Amino acid sequence: MSARYLVGVFGDENDIVNATREARKEGYTIVDVYTPFAVHGLDDAMGVKPSKLPWICLLLGLTGAVVKLWYQIWTSATSWPVNVGGKPLSSVPAFVPVTFEIMVLFAGVGTVLAFFIVSRLRPGKKPPVLYNGVTNDRFVLVLEETDAAFDVERVRGMFKRHNLIHLEERVDGSMRSLDWENET
Amino acid sequence: MSEIFSILRKPLIHGNKSYADVTHDVADLLDQKPSGLWYAAFFVALTMLGLGVWAVSYQLMTGIGTWGLNNTVGWAFDITNFVFWIGIGHAGTLISAILFLFRQRWRTSVSRSAEAMTIFAVICAGLFPIIHLGRPWLAFWVIPYPNLRGPLWVNFRSPLVWDMFAIGTYFTISLVFWYVGLIPDLATLRDRTKAKVKKALYGFFSLGWNGSSRTWSRYETVYLLLAGLATPLVVSVHTIVSWDFATSVIPGWHTTIFPPYFVAGAVFSGFAMVLTLMLIARKVMSLEDYITMHHIETMCKVIIATGGMVGLAYATEFFIALYSGNEYERFAFINRALGPYAWAYWTMVACNLVVPQFFWSKKIRNNLTVVFFLVILINVGMWFERFVIIVTSLSRDFLPSSWAHYTPTFVEVATLIGSFGLFFTLFLLFVRYLPVISIGEVKSVLSYGRLARGDEGHVKELKREAAAV
Repeated sequence: MSARYLVGVFGDENDIVNATREARKEGYTIVDVYTPFAVHGLDDAMGVKPSKLPWICLLLGLTGAVVKLWYQIWTSATSWPVNVGGKPLSSVPAFVPVTFEIMVLFAGVGTVLAFFIVSRLRPGKKPPVLYNGVTNDRFVLVLEETDAAFDVERVRGMFKRHNLIHLEERVDGSMRSLDWENET
Repeated sequence: MSEIFSILRKPLIHGNKSYADVTHDVADLLDQKPSGLWYAAFFVALTMLGLGVWAVSYQLMTGIGTWGLNNTVGWAFDITNFVFWIGIGHAGTLISAILFLFRQRWRTSVSRSAEAMTIFAVICAGLFPIIHLGRPWLAFWVIPYPNLRGPLWVNFRSPLVWDMFAIGTYFTISLVFWYVGLIPDLATLRDRTKAKVKKALYGFFSLGWNGSSRTWSRYETVYLLLAGLATPLVVSVHTIVSWDFATSVIPGWHTTIFPPYFVAGAVFSGFAMVLTLMLIARKVMSLEDYITMHHIETMCKVIIATGGMVGLAYATEFFIALYSGNEYERFAFINRALGPYAWAYWTMVACNLVVPQFFWSKKIRNNLTVVFFLVILINVGMWFERFVIIVTSLSRDFLPSSWAHYTPTFVEVATLIGSFGLFFTLFLLFVRYLPVISIGEVKSVLSYGRLARGDEGHVKELKREAAAV
């Protein structure tokens, strides 16, 4: 089954937000929007749900803190207890700074790795760039032509109200390089 | 199209830039052959680095007797340089993380180079404790790894061990933060460059970035999380550095004011260094439209504020020393102001208390030559602050019979010069091979305080293109 896609190219952040919002309101299936920078208001216009990464960050931070606190207590009080100036072996207040640092380290590095994994970013990956200029000054909206009732001319009219620059249709084959299913 | 025109907000970026202009302006810097000025600067930096490499090699082969340290003053130049460089780094994190959380959108054009400065400053800082060990090949002993000596673990109650974790985490998180910010820009460069090797490298490191909004959405979340983590981290790092001193019993070190005092001083000195670098960069690389007078004035104001905090800390410290009734503490401070290192103390006071006050004048804030001269003085003053804290407190502590004077040797001075050489070498390589300005972030603030679309000409052009479809 070959899916057909409609690719609309715009030249301004407000246009892409408005066009996306209208397309969503009209009930079209938005595959993705490609922009050269993080356009504010686009998440809302596309209906993208907030990422769950903060939870991963919290979990990793807690893991780091708990493991490091345990490690300090274990090394200082169990594995080889050394009397340092008569201080208690399990002197938890003195273990706070390192616990904090490791919490931040785990949370920060772990969150970025999780982000790479869910966004399918990896070193040396062939860049599936959809339209030349999408990393420069072009904003691209991709709609899926879900059924026979999809009226390209009607969409063109809608896009033109938002200063459409370029419109093209693509079939599945020419877009295979794209990552469609990156939802998290 | 919503045409919001603001008379309250001035545009952050000058010169009516379009999105493509921003890409062009920043990316073109990397394609051109560097100017003669760049080569001259690079040559000077390399020479300084070479001097430092010589000094460290000589010290390693001969021993730490090549330094001016003695039984009484066991910490001096190396630790001063360490605290100085760590402090420099803090302004970068403040700009990239704390100003991000406060939604200070002017930060976009300086954040990239400020973060780079942080990383290079932390590299310089991290080298000093290792050099200071005298036997740097055993530096790994500070890491608590399972070993065949028991296993004998490190003492987790020691501020020096905390320091290792703090600096290590700070370096890693700063590097990750910087790299995450670079990914979209690397993708822009990848799609733009024709050179094969560059394309391959940018392609490898941009991780297949394609500008997808779903990725951007997560990217923004990650950026916010990292900013939220880096903010307490940066405070913790200089706090822990100050604990290296505050947890000891030396008069002049053993005070609770140290953590906030050190953090404020770090940001103060860091902003002076950011301004030093930015003033050079905007001139040499013609970035006047991006790093505008507004940026320079704002940073001058931050310097007034943090300089005020530092001044307050000096006054509080002195007052408490006199008021406490502790004769050792009182002596330590009178000795700072009137003792053998009084020249260093008054250099510090002049540079850190008097110099920032000039920035109250708008005329001075707008005179770049004067600003440059003043921030250099602040850099000098903040170096002397650490020198005064470390050396005066140690040289005359409790027992007059154990007092000693410390004078740096040529090897120590050469090591300091070498660290500046390393810093500038790294920074010059950075401006040559990576985008000095965050292309993506600057594009997102182009519309700030403007017609919704930049300028009418651009609107017309887009409409013409639209009509042709």
